[in-house]
Amino acid sequence: MGMTNDQEVQQAQSVDSGLTAETKGHDLARMRAALADKKGKTYWRTLEEVADTPEFNRWFDDEFPNRSSIMDIDRRSLLKFMGASLALAGLSGCRGVFLPEDKVVPYVKAPEELVPGKSLYYASSTLLAGYATGVLVEQHEGRPIKFEGNPGHPSSLGALDVFSQAEILNLYDPDRAQNVLQEGEISTWDLFFKEAEKAMTAQKSLKGEGIRILTGAVTSPTFAWAIRKLVRKYPQARVHTYEPAGRAHVHAGMAMVGFNGLTPLFDFTKAKVVVSFDSDFLHPASGPGSLRYARDFSDTRRVIGSTGNMSRLYAVESSVGLVGAMADHRYPVAPSQVYAAALVLAQKLGIQGIPTATIEGAFAAEVDEIVKDLMANARQSIIIAGDQQPAEVHAVVALINERLQNVGNTVSYIPNPEFTFNAPGIDELVLDMAADKVDALLIFGGNPVYDAPADLKFEENLQKVGFSVYHGLYVNETANRVKWSLPGTHSLEEWGDAKAHDGTPTVVQPLIAPLYDGRSALEVLFHLADKPRAGYDIVRDYWKAVGLGQGDFEKAWRRFVHDGMFAAKIEKGAPKAGLNATLPEAKKLNGLEIAFLADPSIYDGRFANNGWLQELPKPLTKLVWDNVILMSPKRAQELNLWTDARATVKTEAGEVLGTVFAIPGHPSDSVTLYLGYGRTAGGTIATTSSDEHGGGFNAYVLRTSKGLAYSQGAVVTPAGGEGRLASTQGHSPLGGNRIPDDRDIIRAGTLAGFLEKGMAALQTGHSMDQEEIKKNNLFPEEIFEWNGAQWGMTIDMNVCSGCNACVTACQAENNISVVGKEQVSKGREMHWIRIDRYYSGDDENPELVWQPVACVHCEKAPCEPVCPVAATVHSHEGLNQMVYNRCVGTRYCSNNCPYKVRRFNYLNFSDNQAQFSNQVQPWKTRVIPGPINSPKDQGIQLLKMLNNPDVTVRGRGVMEKCTYCVQRINEARIEAKKVNKELKDGDVVTACQQACPTQAIVFGNIADPESQVSKLRKDPRSYLLLEELQTRPRTSHLAKLRNPNPALQKVATTTAETH
Amino acid sequence: MAQVKINDLLITGDQTYASIDNSVGRLVLDQKIHKKPWFIMFAIGILGTGLLGVSIAWLLFQGIGIWGNNVPSAWGFDIINFVWWIGIGHAGTLISAILLLLRQQWRNSINRFAEAMTIFAVMCAGLYPLLHTGRPWNAYWLFPYTNILAMWPQFRSPLMWDVFAVSTYFSVSAVFWFVGLIPDFATLRDKSTNRIGKVIFAILSMGWRGSNQHWHRYEQMYLLLAGLSTPLVLSVHSIVSFDFAVSIVPGWNVTVFPPYFVAGAVFAGFAMVITFALPIRKLYKLEHLITDRHMDWMAKILLATGLIVFYGYILEIFFSWYSGNFYEYKLLINTRFTGPYSWAYWMLIFCNGIVPQLFWIQKFRVNPVSLMIVCQAVSVGMWLERFVIIPMSLTNNYLPSSDKMYYPSFWDFAMFLGTMGLFIFLMFLFIRFLPIINIFEVKDLLFKMGGKREIVEEATPAEVK
Repeated sequence: MGMTNDQEVQQAQSVDSGLTAETKGHDLARMRAALADKKGKTYWRTLEEVADTPEFNRWFDDEFPNRSSIMDIDRRSLLKFMGASLALAGLSGCRGVFLPEDKVVPYVKAPEELVPGKSLYYASSTLLAGYATGVLVEQHEGRPIKFEGNPGHPSSLGALDVFSQAEILNLYDPDRAQNVLQEGEISTWDLFFKEAEKAMTAQKSLKGEGIRILTGAVTSPTFAWAIRKLVRKYPQARVHTYEPAGRAHVHAGMAMVGFNGLTPLFDFTKAKVVVSFDSDFLHPASGPGSLRYARDFSDTRRVIGSTGNMSRLYAVESSVGLVGAMADHRYPVAPSQVYAAALVLAQKLGIQGIPTATIEGAFAAEVDEIVKDLMANARQSIIIAGDQQPAEVHAVVALINERLQNVGNTVSYIPNPEFTFNAPGIDELVLDMAADKVDALLIFGGNPVYDAPADLKFEENLQKVGFSVYHGLYVNETANRVKWSLPGTHSLEEWGDAKAHDGTPTVVQPLIAPLYDGRSALEVLFHLADKPRAGYDIVRDYWKAVGLGQGDFEKAWRRFVHDGMFAAKIEKGAPKAGLNATLPEAKKLNGLEIAFLADPSIYDGRFANNGWLQELPKPLTKLVWDNVILMSPKRAQELNLWTDARATVKTEAGEVLGTVFAIPGHPSDSVTLYLGYGRTAGGTIATTSSDEHGGGFNAYVLRTSKGLAYSQGAVVTPAGGEGRLASTQGHSPLGGNRIPDDRDIIRAGTLAGFLEKGMAALQTGHSMDQEEIKKNNLFPEEIFEWNGAQWGMTIDMNVCSGCNACVTACQAENNISVVGKEQVSKGREMHWIRIDRYYSGDDENPELVWQPVACVHCEKAPCEPVCPVAATVHSHEGLNQMVYNRCVGTRYCSNNCPYKVRRFNYLNFSDNQAQFSNQVQPWKTRVIPGPINSPKDQGIQLLKMLNNPDVTVRGRGVMEKCTYCVQRINEARIEAKKVNKELKDGDVVTACQQACPTQAIVFGNIADPESQVSKLRKDPRSYLLLEELQTRPRTSHLAKLRNPNPALQKVATTTAETH
Repeated sequence: MAQVKINDLLITGDQTYASIDNSVGRLVLDQKIHKKPWFIMFAIGILGTGLLGVSIAWLLFQGIGIWGNNVPSAWGFDIINFVWWIGIGHAGTLISAILLLLRQQWRNSINRFAEAMTIFAVMCAGLYPLLHTGRPWNAYWLFPYTNILAMWPQFRSPLMWDVFAVSTYFSVSAVFWFVGLIPDFATLRDKSTNRIGKVIFAILSMGWRGSNQHWHRYEQMYLLLAGLSTPLVLSVHSIVSFDFAVSIVPGWNVTVFPPYFVAGAVFAGFAMVITFALPIRKLYKLEHLITDRHMDWMAKILLATGLIVFYGYILEIFFSWYSGNFYEYKLLINTRFTGPYSWAYWMLIFCNGIVPQLFWIQKFRVNPVSLMIVCQAVSVGMWLERFVIIPMSLTNNYLPSSDKMYYPSFWDFAMFLGTMGLFIFLMFLFIRFLPIINIFEVKDLLFKMGGKREIVEEATPAEVK
C-alpha cells in the first residue's frame, strides 16, 4: 500500500514481461540447471516455468495476473472499473440478440484442396426405391449444397432428375428425425441396443423364428451382406421387402416367361420404333434408369439441320404422362385395357399360346399399321411396359420383344439388381403379424403404416408385435406406431453402396457428419447382426472381401470412391423366353377404374416434406401441393363434375374425398389418383392438410394388395362445393378464347413436312412480315459491339420431355424460394424457368408441346427502359442483368416483359421458408435468428446452409429472374483468365442445361460461329419467341417435330379437322 | 329540349359584402354551427384514416404480398387508386387555373374547395407510388439526388417522369391554394372574436392589410401561379398516362392515352366537386353562393369531358381492330367484351358512357338527386376505367401460358377505403377551420354584378355562356 502510482505501474510492467531486470541473468542459469536435473522428455511452456522463479510462481498463482491487487486500486478507479464492467456486462447480454455469437475455430491444419470460396465436387449417389443415380455433390467449405449428375455414371450421364436434386433439401430438413424415441419419449442409442440385445437373445433359442425385417428395395451389396450375416445368426429370421411404387410386377412378369432373377434393360440408342404399354420411361417416378432412357431416346429423335431421322413412338397410356406427351401416336385406354392392347399386338405378331383379346378404339383400328412398322424395324424396336402394370403385361411384352428379335439388340436381360431375401412381399409378413408369429420387427425405411395395401391393415397388426423398431429419416406414421423409432442418416451422412438401373455398383459417400443423432441403417443392422462398426469400415470390408481390384484393393477402392462407381462386368443375357404360366384372360372390368401412380413430384410420399418438390408443377396438370382426382373432361361432365369440384371416390376398400381435375387426354373409363399425399405425420410440410396449404388426400386407402396397379368398380360422386387448387398455368377462368388464335408461339409439325418444306411447314400461326419489320426497324442490326463473348441459349422443344429437371436444378442453383400453395394460387411462384404446356387437337387425345421459358435476355429488353432506378441493365456480353441491391420494387419491368419471366418477392420468402407452413404464424416468422439447429418455430436456420454462396439471396420487395447462371459464367471466366486462355465452348454450363436429361438446352457464345449454340441458333428449326416485338431474344427455341406413321397420318389429320 | 326555370344568377338572395363575410366566415368563426352531420362525417373520416394507418403499418411489416398483386398483374389496386385519386384532383386545378385565365367568374364560389380537394386527393394518390414499391424505404432513389454511388435515376422511365409530375403538381397546387387564402385569412382575422383564432389567422394572413399594393402584388402572383398551373392540368395526367402508353403491354400502348386521360381526370374531378358541393351547400345553407347555375355549368363540363372519354373508348375499339394487331384485338374481344372481367368493362361503358348522357336534359343538371346519381356513377366508372386498363390488360398476355386472374385482397380494399377516409377527414377539417368559399372573390363577383341584388326569379335562357 505504500507504493506510489508510478511504482505500481512499473511493477505491473515488470510482471507483465515476466521478470525484473536484475533477476534475468540469474534466472537463465537457474533454468538451465533445472532442465539439466530433469530426466527423460519433458514438456514445458515458458522459460520462466522451467526456471521456477518466485516471480513466476507469484504470477502463476495469481488468478488474474496482469493487474494490481484490488487493494491497490483507489476508490475512484474502482468505481470507474465497476461502472465500466457493469456497462460491458449489459452489452454481453446482447450476444445472440444483436451481436453475433462468435464461435471462431481456426484451422489448425488446412484441409487438403479446400480453398474458401471455391467449390469442391465429390462423387456419391442418390437412392430412389433402392436404385442409385450417380451424382457429383457440390460442396462449399464442408457444406454440401447441390447435387449434379455424374457424367461417368450410366444412370445419369451428367443429367439429374427432380427427386435426386431435391434430396439435398431433405438433408437440411429441420423436420428430420433427430432422436431415438422409445414410444415417443426421447431415449438413447445405448438403451435401444440394450433392449434390442434382450429381444434378440430371446430369439436365439428359436433360431430367430420371431424376427422379421422389412426393408424397401435393396440393391446395396453391403446391406444385403449384413442381412445375410443376420440371417446366418438367426436362420429362421425372415426378411421381407416392400416398395409401394417398386418393380415387383416386373420381376413377377419375368418369372412367368422363365426369366427368374432377370430384369429387362433397354438400349434406346438403337431403337427406331418404340411401343410403350403404359410406361412413362421419361419420368423418374416411373422407375429406375429414366435419365438414361430419356437421353438415349432423345438422341434418336434429335434432328440437326434439314436432315435427320427420328424414331417413332407409339404410346398406350392409362393416364397422362410424359411418354404420351412425346408420342407420335397415343392411345388412351383404361388401365386394365393395357393388357388387352398388349395381347392384341402379340396376336397380330403371331405369338402363340396366349389368350385372345379384343380392344376397342383407335388402337384396334391402327394396330395393323403398328405391326407393319414393327416388323419392318425388327431388331430395332423396343416394346416397354410400365413398372406398375401387372406381371402378365410384362410377360407379354417380353414375348413380343423376343418375337421382334429385339432381345440381344435393343433389349437385354440382366441379373435383377434388387436382392430378394428369404421371404416375399409384405402380405406374408402381415399374415404372420396377425397370427402373432412376429416378436421382433425391424423396419428399415419406407412407411408401411401409411403406404402398405389397405386391406392388410398393417397398422392394426403392428400393435401385436412386441418389439417393433422403425429406422428412417422422418418421424412418420410408422415411426409413431412402433416401440422404438430410430433416426436414420441421409445419404450424404452415411457410407454405403447401391446398384444403378443397369447393375453398375455405385458408392454412397458422405460429405458431412450426421446433423442429428442419426446412424445409418447399415450400421444399425450390422450392430445387431455382428458387432458395432463404422459404416466406412463395413462397406470397405465388404468390397475387400469380394475381391475388388483383384489384388490391388486399395487402388481400386480409392478409384471406386473417387469415380463414384466402377464399370462392373454385367452379364447382358439374351435368354430364350418360355411361357411357364397361364396368362389370364384380358377382361373388361366393371365400372370406373382407378390407376394408382407414384406422384410425379413427391413419388410414393417419401418426398412429401420437401418444399421444392411440393411446389414443383406436376408436368401435365401444373398443379402444386395437392393430388387430385384426375379424369377426362368427358367423364367429368357425365358425372356432373368439373375441375375444382369436390367429389368422393369409393371402392370396396374405402372412400376418399378429393378435388376433381379434368385433364385432356385422360382415358374416360378411369380416374388417376397419385399416391403420396394425405400424410398425417412426417414433417410440417408433409402434414399440411387444408384447402389453403394443400396436402391432398391419401389414395393408399383405396389400394389393395390385389389391385396395386389399378382397381375397379370405383364410384365417383359429387360431394358438393369446390376445393381450391393451385396451378401455375392455365387454371384460371381466363382460359376462354373467342377469336381464332393464330399466334406464332409454338412451331410444330411433322418430320416429313419439315424435311420437305422447311420451317414453313411448322409455322401454323401468323407472324408479321419479317422483311417489313426489318425494313421499319430504326436500330442497327448488330447493336452489340463488344469484342468478347455474347451469351445465348437454344431450347430444343423437339426433345424436351417436360420432366422438370431444369426447374429444380435452377431452384437449387439459384437459391429460389419456396412460397407455399397459397402464394402459388395467387400467382406468385418464384421459379425462374417454367415449362409451358400447349395442347392442340381435341380434348380426348390432344397433342402436347412443351415450351420451357426463362428470361430470354432480349437485346432490346422492354424491362430496362421502364425501371426508374436503373436496377435492370444490360451487360456487354448481352446479359439482361438484375441488380437486386438497386431494385426498389416498382414491378414495371415485370409488366413490360412480354414473356412474363420476372418473379417478384412479394413477401420475405427467402427468410421465411416456413411461411407456407400451417404451424408457423406469419407474425412469428420474423424472429431473431437463433443457432442453426433451433426449433422450427424460430425460423428455419438450418435451410440457410443450403444456400449457394455464389448467388445472392433475395429479400422482400426485390425483382428477380433468370441470370443465365451469371455466377457460373464468372467462375468460368476467372478460371480461363487464370490460365490465360479464352473461354472455350462448353466451359460455361448453366444449371438447367446441366440437369436436362435430353440435352434440350444448349448454352454458349453466339458470337463464336463454331460454338454449338451458334450452330443451333442458325438451325432451320430455330425461331425467336415473339420475334415480331423486336425484342431480339438471346434464347431461341427449336421447333417441335413429330414422326407419325405416314400410313396412319390420314387418320390423324381427319381427327384434327373434325375438332 | 325542355327548359326548366332556374335561377340564372351566380349569387342569389339579398346579399351584401357583410352577409357574404358572414355566411362563409361563420363556418369558421362560429364553431357551434357544426352539428351532428359534421361529427358523423368526421368520425367516418377518422375511422377511415385509422384503417389507412393500420393498412400501411401491416404493409410495411409484411410487404406488398398482403395485396392481391401477382405476376402477370404486378400492378393492381395500388396503381388504379393512384390514377383515380390523381384524376380527382384535376377539377380543382382546372377551375382555379384555366377558368381564371378564361375569366370565368362563376368559378369564384367553387374554386376554394375544389383546390382543397386537389391537394387532399394528391396526398391520397401520392401514398400509393411510394407504398406500392417493394422496398418503400428505398423509394427516395427515384429522386435525382447527389450520392456517393454516382447513380442517377433512370430518366427514360415514365415512373421517373411521374415523380417530377406529381411532386410539382402537389407543390404548385399547395402554393396556389395558400396564396388564394391569404386575403380571406385577413378577413377571418378581422372578424374573429376569439383570441386564439385572431392569432392564428393573423399569422396565416402574413400581414395582409388589403392595401392597394398588396392587392396589386396578389393579383400578379395569382395570375403567374395560374399560368404555371395551367400546363400542369394537361401535363400531369398526360405523364401518368405515359406510365402505360410507353410500355408494350397490349391495352396500354395507345397513343390516344394522354388527351383521353386528361379528359377523364377532369370528368372525374368535376363529379367529385359536385358530390361534395351538393351536401355542403345544403348543410351550411350556402345555396345563395353555390347556385343551380353553378351546378348546371359543372354538369355541362362533365358532359363534355364525358363525351371525350367515351370517344376514347370508341377509339380504343377502333384501333384494336384497325391496327391489325392481334394482341390488341384479342384483349378487346377476350378480355374486355367477354371473359371473367367483362362485367367491369360493360359497367364502365354504362357509367361513363351512358349515364352522363342524362345531362343533355337541363332538368337533370340541376336536380340534386340526378346530379348525385350521375356523379357517383362517374366516380365508379372512372375507377373501373383504371381497373379495365391496369389489371385487365395485364392478365392478358403475349404468351397465353402467363394468363392469370387478379383478385384484390382484403388489404387492397382496406387501403382504398382508408384513403377515402383520409380524404373525408381532411375535407371536414377544412370545412370547419378554413373558409370553404373564396370570400373576397365572391365579393368581387357581387361588385361586378352591381352590388346588392334583389331576389330575381324570372326565367332566363338556359344556354348562358
